[in-house]
Amino acid sequence: MEIVIQHGGTFLILACLFGFFMAWGIGANDVANAMGTSVGSKALTLKQALIIAMVFEFLGAYFAGGEVTSTIRNNIIDAEIMSGHPELMVYGMLSALLAAGTWLLIASLNGWPVSTTHSIVGAIVGFAAVGISPDAIHWAQVSSIAASWVVSPVLAGVLSYSLFMSVKVFILDTQDPFHRAKRIIPAYMWMVGFMISMVTLLKGLKHVGLHFDLGLGSAFANAVPISTVAGIIVAALGMVAMRSIEDIPDEMHRFRSVERVFGVLMVFTACSMAFAHGSNDVANAVGPLAAIVSTVESGGQIAATADVPWWILLVGGVGIVAGLITYGWRVILTVGSEITELTPSRAFAATLGASATVVIASGTGLPISTTHTLVGAVLGVGFARGIGALNLGVIGSIFVSWIITLPAGAGLAILFFFIFKGIFGG
Amino acid sequence: MHPMAILSPLGKLFGRSPIGPIQEHMSLADKAAQFLPALFRAAGAKDWEQAAQVHKDIVAAESEADKLKRSVRRHLPNSLFLPVPRSDLLALVGIQDHVANTAKDIAGLVIGRSIRFPDPLQEAVIELTAASAATSAQALKAIQELDELLEVGFTGREEVRRVEDMLKIVDELEGVTDEMAIRLRAELFKLENDLPPVEVMFLYQIITLICAVADDAESVGDRLQILLAK
Repeated sequence: MEIVIQHGGTFLILACLFGFFMAWGIGANDVANAMGTSVGSKALTLKQALIIAMVFEFLGAYFAGGEVTSTIRNNIIDAEIMSGHPELMVYGMLSALLAAGTWLLIASLNGWPVSTTHSIVGAIVGFAAVGISPDAIHWAQVSSIAASWVVSPVLAGVLSYSLFMSVKVFILDTQDPFHRAKRIIPAYMWMVGFMISMVTLLKGLKHVGLHFDLGLGSAFANAVPISTVAGIIVAALGMVAMRSIEDIPDEMHRFRSVERVFGVLMVFTACSMAFAHGSNDVANAVGPLAAIVSTVESGGQIAATADVPWWILLVGGVGIVAGLITYGWRVILTVGSEITELTPSRAFAATLGASATVVIASGTGLPISTTHTLVGAVLGVGFARGIGALNLGVIGSIFVSWIITLPAGAGLAILFFFIFKGIFGG
Repeated sequence: MHPMAILSPLGKLFGRSPIGPIQEHMSLADKAAQFLPALFRAAGAKDWEQAAQVHKDIVAAESEADKLKRSVRRHLPNSLFLPVPRSDLLALVGIQDHVANTAKDIAGLVIGRSIRFPDPLQEAVIELTAASAATSAQALKAIQELDELLEVGFTGREEVRRVEDMLKIVDELEGVTDEMAIRLRAELFKLENDLPPVEVMFLYQIITLICAVADDAESVGDRLQILLAK
């Protein structure tokens, strides 16, 4: 108790620094995967992608990140066990942030494919199991998180497969794909608006203390009409944006004009991807920060119910933007240049499939890897025979990165945990 | 600073699509076939200098096609996941390569032995080479639909019908080439007693080879159809 009160200011400063470092790492590295499909398919320029990433990562984290943040800070570790020693919680969460941030930096410098989500979960489980006690971990919650790491790429694959098949049947394989595209694509735009609005209304707003009620009974019944209207507004915006695109006949590349229409759709799915990424990856990076702040501010009470203070998500949002500006833009270019085979119609199916999956996971509070979900989504389009050539070896390297990331994150967190314990006592 | 995230799993996921290079390969193979009428016109005019130049052009196109064929094969490792069976794509490239090889064989024979058809047959043999080259051009046109086929995932009704219509024309052109060859052989048969026997043997062989170019082009079409049927 005394330690937390005595060093409260120091803990807060450290927590913000480490949280910022972690968010910087996400902006510098992880965002590239979320935005790479848009830049690679040439639907967006780098500048447009950066602006979309900055705005929608932040909105996603702020409006839909609450559930994941709360999973990270409350549900993995049993706070009861530590109620007598709140400083252990503070050390642990500081270590988790520092460990995950450090590991991300090491891995990025060496070009290893890693996931932020896996580092942070590995780090939290590591410090809690070794530094406190294996009983302090809600193993049921941890196993459902682990299961979601397998389920999310598969679900994204199924969604993307279905989306691409629908594009094939309703647009591409018709007599006049260009005009079909203009007529059908607003429906996909509606889906983007509806989905984001639903998750925000059902799962996001309560964490930032906003409430709404149309008097329709359940929260779900309240959210559906609002989201329907939000979707219609998005679709209307899209229709305005598509108006200027004309059908330029090109005998050698008959689908070129159609792909340009999909390019407009891609702008919307890129927004949903950035939103989804913010709602999950940013949220799980600031989760430990939230845990530290609430422990320090309550003078040692490990509170589990308070709202996420708005400035915590701001630290995450600003960190990401800093990461994007200092380094992330270069990584977006690199990833984008590696996936030029992806045309906007496929990039759309993969991105929407992945972002829907990530947003659902965010709503359920499951921290998953956006990158792995995207890989699953791209494979889904591949199984629908939509992509020229895919390297299945990547699946193996993802498994290897899981196997390495979890113990690496855990090991570093344990090390930092005992260092903090040595410095501040307890 | 070391470039970050070069090994992004998402970036690594994408292999090099073989579709573009396969189309490029067929366009080189067809380029070799398209020189054949010029070769026989030059030989007919006894302009051997010009004929040698055309021979050189054919050899150059064939060797470029060869290089591209090897590169396509190198970039199609077993680990790639492709929208159509890898073996079918490899077979397609192999057959496309025959078009160029046969054209090169013809050019080699014509130059090596200064083969020239007798004056009464000049027009017919040039027509025959033109028909054979047209078959190859039509096969190329069908192959150039590969990227559109990929766009619809190799299954679309509209696109498949479009390609199948093109392949029908390939078959028709090959049939026309065969009929021309039959007539040319019949004409040659009437003249053969007045010609040196060894030369006659080679004239028959050249006719067979010119037909073979059209046959190869037709096989390219057949292979393409197998890709569609699956």
